[in-house]
Amino acid sequence: MTPPAFFEYLLRLGDDRLVVGHRLSEWCGHGPILEEDIALTNIALDLIGEATLFLKLAGEVEGKGRSEDTLAYFRDGIDFRNALLLELPKGDFGFTILRQFFFSVYSLLQMDALTRSSNRDLAGIAAKAVKESRYHVRHCAEWVVTLGDGTEESHARVQGAVDDLWRYTGELFIADDIDRDVTSAGLGVDPSTLSDRWHAEVSRVLEDATLTIPKTGYMQRGGREGKHTEHLGHLLSEMQIVARSHPGASW
Amino acid sequence: MVKRAELSRDELFAVLETVMDPEVPVLSVVDLGIVRDAESSDAGVVVTITPTYSGCPAMREIEQNIRSAFEEQGIGPVDVRTVYSPAWTTDWISASGREKLEAYGIAPPGRAEHDTLITLRRRADLLRCPYCKSLNTVEKSHFGSTACKSIWVCNACRQPFEHFKAI
Repeated sequence: MTPPAFFEYLLRLGDDRLVVGHRLSEWCGHGPILEEDIALTNIALDLIGEATLFLKLAGEVEGKGRSEDTLAYFRDGIDFRNALLLELPKGDFGFTILRQFFFSVYSLLQMDALTRSSNRDLAGIAAKAVKESRYHVRHCAEWVVTLGDGTEESHARVQGAVDDLWRYTGELFIADDIDRDVTSAGLGVDPSTLSDRWHAEVSRVLEDATLTIPKTGYMQRGGREGKHTEHLGHLLSEMQIVARSHPGASW
Repeated sequence: MVKRAELSRDELFAVLETVMDPEVPVLSVVDLGIVRDAESSDAGVVVTITPTYSGCPAMREIEQNIRSAFEEQGIGPVDVRTVYSPAWTTDWISASGREKLEAYGIAPPGRAEHDTLITLRRRADLLRCPYCKSLNTVEKSHFGSTACKSIWVCNACRQPFEHFKAI
């Protein structure tokens, strides 16, 4: 197992959460109701907190003196390793909830598996993330059912979100050499092994919500190799501008 | 700075008992269960803590407050270390901490969930209103003013209140 593989793997864990955490934070002050404003930003806080821990560990594993802030604010889009699903613009509330539901179920299964990592720090971070993800999954699942099995308008909107998002879910479960390396070293988890359970849990809730999963067709991919949609650059320009305009600033 | 070598664990914890959680100021860091260890030697004091939530913004302030509490008593240097494993659970909040929470108007956490990984329905646990003690209460939001709390309302006395989530 080469150290770069573990570094790359930790970047994927960190970037997934940093990017979707940033998307959720865009709801701050714009939630449909006050409680939901608070809920989305709370989930964002958990995810950005998790990202901080993963990127800090990534920097330590890399051993070149890069901190979590350096990795978050001073890499360009091509160096980000998040799945494409997580960088798509936040859309309407239904789109945000559906995306968060898809990711939170994935994250819960992934973090649960990572509690058995041979890396003690990674296992500890994962154990905490499991507790947080449980809340995220339950919150989103309730909204998916409320909106899907709600009014004609809400149903149409979230069915549209499912149709638009589904083609981005395949990438979450693709295993490449990096995944296989860290899995055989006992450090990480092969994402393809999470697929069956994820599909079972997600299908159960979508069925409850009277929503239909599109017939599986083409699946988008590329984020893990740094091939992103145009949306990531816009997100990063907003997220990174203060750190890049005032490098080394503190308050 | 005066070094006081070899303070007992009890003496160290007595100092830590005076460090309050900045977001729930009736709870000390010991009540909260985030202090995992404290020991002293000629080289100073080492306090090991574990975070409550991954993104809890109070952790840095807590670290600083722990350092100042010792330094005010001429004890130092103080090294505050963070460990992630085992992960903090609300089951570590002390019995006196739970009483202090309720007296402060925050319903204390029930037992943490350790069982099934994915539960899509809320637990049907009854929660007692910290004001009028009625069990006729309802959750308004899973998420509250801080990462560790949810928002509830009492149907009996109509008082909104916060609940320290069980994790």
